[in-house]
Amino acid sequence: MPELRKTPMLDQLLDGPFPSFVKEIKKGAEKNEACNDLLGQLELSYEEKITHWKHGGIVGVTGYGGGVIGRYSDVPEQFPGLTEFHTMRVNQPAGWFYKTDRLRKLLDIWEKRGSGLTNFHGATGDIILLGTHTDELQNVADDLAHEGWDLGGSGSDLRTPSACVGPGRCEWACIDTLDIVDTLTRRYQNELHRPMWPYKFKIKISGCANDGVAAKARADCSIIGTWKDNIQVNRTEVVNYVNGGFDIIGQVVDKCPTKCISYNPVTKSLSIDDNNCVRCHNCINKMPKALRQGKINGATILIGGHAPILQSAFMSWVVVPFMEMKPPYTEISDLLEKIWEWWDENGKMRERTGELIYRLGMRSFLKATGLPAVPQMVLHPRTNPFFFWDKEEVNQ
Amino acid sequence: MPFIDVNGEQLEVDEDGFLQDPEKWNEDVAKYLAKTEQVEELTEEHWKMVNYLHDYFKKYQIAPMVRKLCKDNGMDLKKVYELFPTGPAKGACKIAGLPKPTGCV
Repeated sequence: MPELRKTPMLDQLLDGPFPSFVKEIKKGAEKNEACNDLLGQLELSYEEKITHWKHGGIVGVTGYGGGVIGRYSDVPEQFPGLTEFHTMRVNQPAGWFYKTDRLRKLLDIWEKRGSGLTNFHGATGDIILLGTHTDELQNVADDLAHEGWDLGGSGSDLRTPSACVGPGRCEWACIDTLDIVDTLTRRYQNELHRPMWPYKFKIKISGCANDGVAAKARADCSIIGTWKDNIQVNRTEVVNYVNGGFDIIGQVVDKCPTKCISYNPVTKSLSIDDNNCVRCHNCINKMPKALRQGKINGATILIGGHAPILQSAFMSWVVVPFMEMKPPYTEISDLLEKIWEWWDENGKMRERTGELIYRLGMRSFLKATGLPAVPQMVLHPRTNPFFFWDKEEVNQ
Repeated sequence: MPFIDVNGEQLEVDEDGFLQDPEKWNEDVAKYLAKTEQVEELTEEHWKMVNYLHDYFKKYQIAPMVRKLCKDNGMDLKKVYELFPTGPAKGACKIAGLPKPTGCV
């Protein structure tokens, strides 16, 4: 084993109270040459302020178009361990629940066949295995399959769907996020493993509006748990909060985005105009003992979130204010399949769904999906007085 | 960059095995590359796709999108993977002599 590389700049990242990836890679470098070279190349990048990874590679395993990302160093003569350093994505279990023996087996495979470096979890939610050679890719995939794991998504495919822990641990889950993510993942194996679209498509599922997986900002289709009926109010507990010194006006009433909550200090009573409530969940977060979500649960479906690529970053926006989410989840599947068909037919290379809606218009999207136009879709009410009818809708 | 030897001619390929100069592509090169992508024998159906991709690239200097590739050849994606087990981008495009399609992780 060659001597550990000197990394004075990286070493600064070891200071301070936070966990450091440098520390972890150094541990790996003691037994793996690629990890040692990885430190060396990163130090070089810090010195020269430029990456030394080449742009993209196309490698893969039989029958799959995604799940493996080719990585090559552009200075392999200096860092031979990084000549091939491919990334593999592994589909995570719903809610990230693991048994330790399963994790150990997964890591045994990766120490044997790859660098041993992992990332739990990547932004997509799946398990990232960092660094192996081209001729090990099929072996890794086979070993993983033998242990019941499967590769995740990459490239222009359905990325590994991901969900918050939901009813597994959280009292606020309005929907069974774990079952939904499991069902959709199994249902769309073809879309997940075989890139066929203009670009990537992400599905993220959060149990409530606190949006634990940041579905609103990161997914082309965000499925977010909500309720249809009224917020349940426990009047005695409201009084207890107030008597305990809780700033009900500052924390709850003034923070309500639609001003649908009012508080009467004389009677110490809270009233909610549920028709104007947008289910943002703030009041419930602030007074969990006094307020509960309604009893008729389902999900709000939002479309179009993504990071900047062709256009700027988008937050996803509401297209279905309330959808029942019961197995076998046919309604959401029907919608997804209509969206994919329309986007695949009309999308340009690297155009995300949200960008296509911007380019062709919401009317075109609604026509393709058969969704009715509803007020919840409007971003800024009363800012645009025009409605453009389709030619065939106008009596000439 | 590595080289492959086809009938005594040295052809440059990139690290993923894609031909660097599409002009150097011919039937023998396709047959050679096919073996590297788990296609033992190029049948008529394989050639249909391979020639389509090669001509498309010649005309537009870019690989077609997957939907177009399926539609224009009257095949669904499953059929494409049956013919080219490593997929349309890595398998079919490589055999057709296209340079590495630009993808995104």
